[in-house]
Amino acid sequence: MLLFSSFLHAHIIDVGPKKSIKSIKKAIYLAKIGDTIIVHKGTYKEGNIIIDKKVVFIGKDFPILDGQKKYEVLSVKADSVVVDGFKVIRSGHATLEDPCGIKVYNKKNVIIQNNILDDNFFGIYIQNGRNCLIKNNTIIAYGKEEQEIGNGIHCWKSDNLQIIANKISGHRDGIYFEFVTNSVIWRNISSKNIRYGLHFMFSNDDAYITNVFKNNGAGVSVMFTKNVKMFNNYFEENWGDSAYGLFLKEISDSQIIGNKFSRNTSGIHMEGTNRILIEKNVFQANGWAMKIQASCMDNEIVNNNFIANTFDMGTNGSLVLNKFNTNYWDKYEGYDLNKDGVGDVPYHPLSLFAVLVEKNPAAMLLFRSFMITLLDKSEKVLPSITPDNFVDNSPLMHSLPL
Amino acid sequence: MIEIKNIYKNFGKLEVLNNINLRFQKGECIALIGPNGCGKTTLIKTILGMVIPTKGDILLDQKSILKEFKYRENIGYMPQIGRYPDYMTVGQIIEMIKNIRNSNQVLDEDLIKAFELEKIVDKQMRTLSGGTTQKVSATLAFLFDPEVLILDEPTAGLDPLASEILKEKIIKEKEKGKLILITSHLLSELDDLITQIIYMQDGAVHFHQTIADLLQATNEQKISKAIAKILKNKRNEQNH
Amino acid sequence: MNRIIKIIFLDILKNKIIVAYTLILAVLSWSSFGLEDNSAKGLLTILNIILFTVPLVSILFATIYLYNSSEFIELLLSQPIKRKKIWLSLFLGLSLSMVLAFFVGAGIPLLINAPDSVGLMMLIIGSLITLVFVALAFLSSILTRDKAKGIGIAIMAWLYFALLFDGLVLFLLFQLSDYPIEKAMIIVTGFSPIDLARIQILLHLDVSAMMGYTGAIFKDFFGTSVGLLISFLLLCTWIIVPFLISLVKFRNKDL
Repeated sequence: MLLFSSFLHAHIIDVGPKKSIKSIKKAIYLAKIGDTIIVHKGTYKEGNIIIDKKVVFIGKDFPILDGQKKYEVLSVKADSVVVDGFKVIRSGHATLEDPCGIKVYNKKNVIIQNNILDDNFFGIYIQNGRNCLIKNNTIIAYGKEEQEIGNGIHCWKSDNLQIIANKISGHRDGIYFEFVTNSVIWRNISSKNIRYGLHFMFSNDDAYITNVFKNNGAGVSVMFTKNVKMFNNYFEENWGDSAYGLFLKEISDSQIIGNKFSRNTSGIHMEGTNRILIEKNVFQANGWAMKIQASCMDNEIVNNNFIANTFDMGTNGSLVLNKFNTNYWDKYEGYDLNKDGVGDVPYHPLSLFAVLVEKNPAAMLLFRSFMITLLDKSEKVLPSITPDNFVDNSPLMHSLPL
Repeated sequence: MIEIKNIYKNFGKLEVLNNINLRFQKGECIALIGPNGCGKTTLIKTILGMVIPTKGDILLDQKSILKEFKYRENIGYMPQIGRYPDYMTVGQIIEMIKNIRNSNQVLDEDLIKAFELEKIVDKQMRTLSGGTTQKVSATLAFLFDPEVLILDEPTAGLDPLASEILKEKIIKEKEKGKLILITSHLLSELDDLITQIIYMQDGAVHFHQTIADLLQATNEQKISKAIAKILKNKRNEQNH
Repeated sequence: MNRIIKIIFLDILKNKIIVAYTLILAVLSWSSFGLEDNSAKGLLTILNIILFTVPLVSILFATIYLYNSSEFIELLLSQPIKRKKIWLSLFLGLSLSMVLAFFVGAGIPLLINAPDSVGLMMLIIGSLITLVFVALAFLSSILTRDKAKGIGIAIMAWLYFALLFDGLVLFLLFQLSDYPIEKAMIIVTGFSPIDLARIQILLHLDVSAMMGYTGAIFKDFFGTSVGLLISFLLLCTWIIVPFLISLVKFRNKDL
């Protein structure tokens, strides 16, 4: 009833070069709780704009809020604020204070949508937020080095966030999650960021679904977390020394299902990862489809397609405590006499050469030479160096329709 | 016409030609004979430029032929064993050599007719017998009406009829005033052809005489006998 | 000269071994492209053809052909033609027909199934490798008059470049693994035309893997246009130098 009545009494305040109110700060000062402020086209250089009341803050034709490289542009310091339709540019560039395009301070139910953020230090920063929605924003920066730029969407110590359909590029990390729980990251495109497309730490019980992570400096990193659901994402063209489609470190009880990893130096790199289900993913044209370090246990890799990868597997040890089952490996050369679609001889996805390269990276120079092919073939027949329980006992004859 | 001056040739340590000096004139038909490995073929090949002499010079019409190639337009050569690209037909081979020579001169096609090569013009070279191949080789040697003819064992492998045809052709060319060089072991074959004889042994010229001089000196009717006599005399001299 | 090239070229095209070589290449290429829905396996098959079959057939066929044509060469020598011209014509005739065989056998399926930079690169590299090994055949056949010995040299040369050289490199890599030898290895590859070819194709075929680890060092060198140019120049050197040596020897050879 209170909400309803406040809605009825809401006013609209217009701000613009040709309106009676020319300053956003003044409009906020004049506004009452529940009012709508409409900012018309124009460039507003008002330093740090603080929204400390519950208002609906709307930009018409993308009015420009310019931080002049000195200020944090927009600070949200009230619950249930809506920020919609602004072009936020040139926030200050300091390292101690982390100035942002838009920052939410310890509030809940904030909606930030349909904004363009261009050349800010941090793009959107949610500090200790709850039930916030960040949707349809385009966030661009032009960072050259990690130290000179902040993250696109930075979320810290928050709960119940929804990050939906944003486009982020040119920041340090596209999306950054630290101590964020029960949140969803859905339909975002994070590309050409300097470090990670998505950086994820100490953030339990989250899901990220149908995002595209492409051509980021080091791919996607998910660390020190439990219960993450990673569904239907695209990990593409994350190239370079220590670049990964998906880097997992100290992850447990999570699911990686229906993703596509293509043209990464490593598709998935796993360290200290336990009880993970990796199912129905496509690994295509990666340098290494998966690198499973010896510290990983009880992971299940089932029903995936491994196609045209340089190496299907890589590892640094000889201990294998993970299960491989009913995957399709295009390098499989076995036969299927009873025609049940499952190969009659097991497949060893770890090639001798992959082991050699792990020990001596310069050996990569010899890859695909006739001698290496010979060595690999003989190792397949008589495994002596590669661990013999690194094996898929029921490899599929045909690729799965994924 | 051809002048061979102080020619030496070593194959490694082996001395194959040892200070050869010879002169050949137009209208002569010279037999080059000697045991196997005496250097006959090597000598011929130095004239053709296939073997490069270690020392010495060869002049054709007073011009050195070393490192030259044009002079071969004036030479027709019939090798001991002619080998040709397997899959070419007789017609193509003849056509090819014509093409390579690329000359506009009138061709001497006597032997094509005499050997009836028209009949096998579409046969591939690999299907031909040794004798037929020799017919092709002979035809090619005479085809461009060259001033010098060098024939390496021309009648070996030819049937008597073909052999006879070839001999007649040689005589005819000789009478036209050409220089003809023939190597052969079969001395009897050469009786009615040759005007001079060169006997080579161990890479050196043993003797070089006209047939008339040879027969007179040895008092024989047949060349083969005359040579046998000379060789016998020489051996006797060495033994004493 | 063109006339002689044409003669040799046509002669070789009618040769059963060349026809068989073309057919085998075609069967291998088409079947490996046809079996899989992705072109990667077909490309790998063609890579192996380029690294293995092409050098072997090129060097062996050219060596044997040269020995078998010794009488034909003599015939040509008795004609008014320069020696240099004969040898060059033989080289061009043989090269042209071997490259054509490779193009028809492997190049056409390559261009149809992988009409991108990888396919084009493999086509160019395959042709260059053909030329390199034809040139090496000229060298090995001029080194000795003995046909059996000559063929032996050719096979040894092939074995060395296809297998032994890489074995040596692997041995060195592990012996010297404590030292930063990656850059030195780049130079070492220049000593084997097959390795040069392989790495150039690898940079296109396994680009993801080559971007990681030391691959990046190789990529930084071979992947740049300067590196590409140097690779091609080195491959051309591998064609020109053996052939020139054989040409000098042929000019002074007694037949």
